[in-house]
Amino acid sequence: MPAELLIEAIVSGILLGCFYAAVSLGLSVAFGLLDVPHIAHPAFLILGAYGVYLLNMYGADPLLSGALLAPLFFVLGVGFYRAYHALFEKRGSDAGLRGLSFLFGVSFIVEVALILVFGVDQRMVDAAYIGASVSLGELRVPTRMLVAFGLALLLSAALAVYLSRTFTGRAIRAVAQDQVALSLMGADPVRIKQWAFGIAMATCAPAGALLIVVGPVDPGLGRLYIGRTFCVAVLAGLGSVKGTLAAGIILGVAESIVLSSFGPSWAPAVAFGILLLVLAVRPTGLFGR
Amino acid sequence: MKPARRALLFRASTIALAWMLAALPSIGRAQEKKPVRVGFSIAQTGPLSSAGKSGLLALQIWRDDVNARGGLLGRPVELVVYDDQSNPAMTPGIYTKLIDVDKVDLLVAPYATNPTAPIMPLVKQRDLLLIGNFALDANAQIRHDKYFNNQPWASARDSAAPYLALCRRLGAKTIAILAADAEFAQNLAKGIRAGLAEHGLQPVYDENYPPNTVDFSSMVRTIRSRKPDAVFVASYPSDSTAIIRAVNEIGVGDSVKLFGGGMVGLQYASIMEALGSQLNGVVNYNTWAPEKTMDFPGVRDFLARYQALARQANVDPLGFYLPPYDYAIGQLLEQAVTATRSLDHGVLAKYLREHEMQTIVGPIRYGPTGEWARPRIVYVQFRGIVNRNVDQFRSPGRQVIVAPAAFKTGEAIPFNRAHQ
Repeated sequence: MPAELLIEAIVSGILLGCFYAAVSLGLSVAFGLLDVPHIAHPAFLILGAYGVYLLNMYGADPLLSGALLAPLFFVLGVGFYRAYHALFEKRGSDAGLRGLSFLFGVSFIVEVALILVFGVDQRMVDAAYIGASVSLGELRVPTRMLVAFGLALLLSAALAVYLSRTFTGRAIRAVAQDQVALSLMGADPVRIKQWAFGIAMATCAPAGALLIVVGPVDPGLGRLYIGRTFCVAVLAGLGSVKGTLAAGIILGVAESIVLSSFGPSWAPAVAFGILLLVLAVRPTGLFGR
Repeated sequence: MKPARRALLFRASTIALAWMLAALPSIGRAQEKKPVRVGFSIAQTGPLSSAGKSGLLALQIWRDDVNARGGLLGRPVELVVYDDQSNPAMTPGIYTKLIDVDKVDLLVAPYATNPTAPIMPLVKQRDLLLIGNFALDANAQIRHDKYFNNQPWASARDSAAPYLALCRRLGAKTIAILAADAEFAQNLAKGIRAGLAEHGLQPVYDENYPPNTVDFSSMVRTIRSRKPDAVFVASYPSDSTAIIRAVNEIGVGDSVKLFGGGMVGLQYASIMEALGSQLNGVVNYNTWAPEKTMDFPGVRDFLARYQALARQANVDPLGFYLPPYDYAIGQLLEQAVTATRSLDHGVLAKYLREHEMQTIVGPIRYGPTGEWARPRIVYVQFRGIVNRNVDQFRSPGRQVIVAPAAFKTGEAIPFNRAHQ
């Protein structure tokens, strides 16, 4: 493999990996910190993407639309977790499996609702940075992937700072470690968890914006992201924000190098091969607690 | 029993008997009016649903038309439809239900190759008539004698031939092949590979990609580094969009004279509108384009009616790709049933095998494997496309037919020139 092509593959992989990390951040919080197997996370990403598409029809920039929709998704997440907690978490030991079925059901409902409202056609958005590229010497990089890279870094940094520097953020990390201890400290674990789930859901809005910036979306696209987002979240070490970014980049670079050298057919095998290898050596993931 | 009570019972029995006798003719009439049930699955969700929804609308228009003409054999036509979710794993179960539980009279195959392939053994085992719906080479190995595919190309080689001829005409010596890891795309790629030696083409890149690929930049860069004269892509809708975007953003190289081939999705209005000027220069297969050589009797009238309904139904507003052919499926069944006055699958298959059928997509005669005897896949080159304007595709000159010769409305312009 020529050095020039290898450099291009690495750059491409880093950009793609950051995109993977951005769409997996919410799942890292929901699954990693709250133990909610949020299989409907990709469906909400698609919902976010369609929200951005709607606003873009009125001329709003996709990234700005993602930011505007984030508070709405936060409220949706808080409400969603309250329902999930009341219906499943509060009940006995088999709640996990029933909760998983519920989340599967929710993802199908979201998909069908989108089909009924928007139809099954693919949707895309317009923005100056879509369809353009930046030349770095001989290397041409799609601007939309640079945007994904930048936003992923911003989201990860904001979330990492929030979880480590604020009182609520530290409470969220505490609830992931020991709910009983948190209760003894006078905090309500359920309220903390619903706040955290709201944050997880709020990330679906900007990440959904990235999804529709990077490529076209259709209501069924979420199914393709279930495996990939869970792979990133588990590889990262459940709940680790910087781990999510690192895992995304590792998967992106590995995929990109394999695509360029051995052929595209091997890319998914390599991604999941890395996951198996890491779990075998380090069962808690790269940055697991 | 008291006499009064006996008389009451007698009177009640008489009334019941009289009612039953009176009801008999209407029961007979209901039997006569029992609908002819046409069963099929068609993607209403998943990646094939964009075309699937438009195809279903076309078959519904045919159903309404045939019922307005008095139905089939004096009986109304009813469609029994299931959504196969674009998932080949669903179709064997759906078709078993259609045959054994719904007991449909006639069967139409699911839309597209991947969902059709798994039902072929079942249909052959039950010896049933099946009208194919855009399935490429689905009967090539099974060789079921009651299968009649409605699709304007008979095999992967047929579909590849015009593209390979274009390669030769534009002086291409090397080719890159990129195909999705799925039945239809693989069949298309096989057709191209089979004809490479005959057309003096050297493959410099030949890879398959998995269906859930997000970004094609790395693949496009690798293709560019091999400097091919032609690029053949066999892809599905979301991939097609991503590939066209990647080509526009990072470029595929100045050496490329021909780009496109088997990209599914570039026939759908929503994708054509969204990609806009990025499509210029791409040469891709199609089944119908608003060019003068494709003016078959009735097709424009059908499209006008389809387009009026499509807007309300939130489906493809142009409907060039699948709808005329799905309406023609109805016409095939209607002609065969009307001519033979039978719903017997053997009788209908014999009729379809021996007669030329008149449809809105032109006359159709079937060959020995149930494919069109005279294949007619066309390759169009996108030209003069502007952004965000779906109406431009209704006019001739935007999708110029560059192959085959019989339907050509213009010469192919090299991609590296036409794209600029």
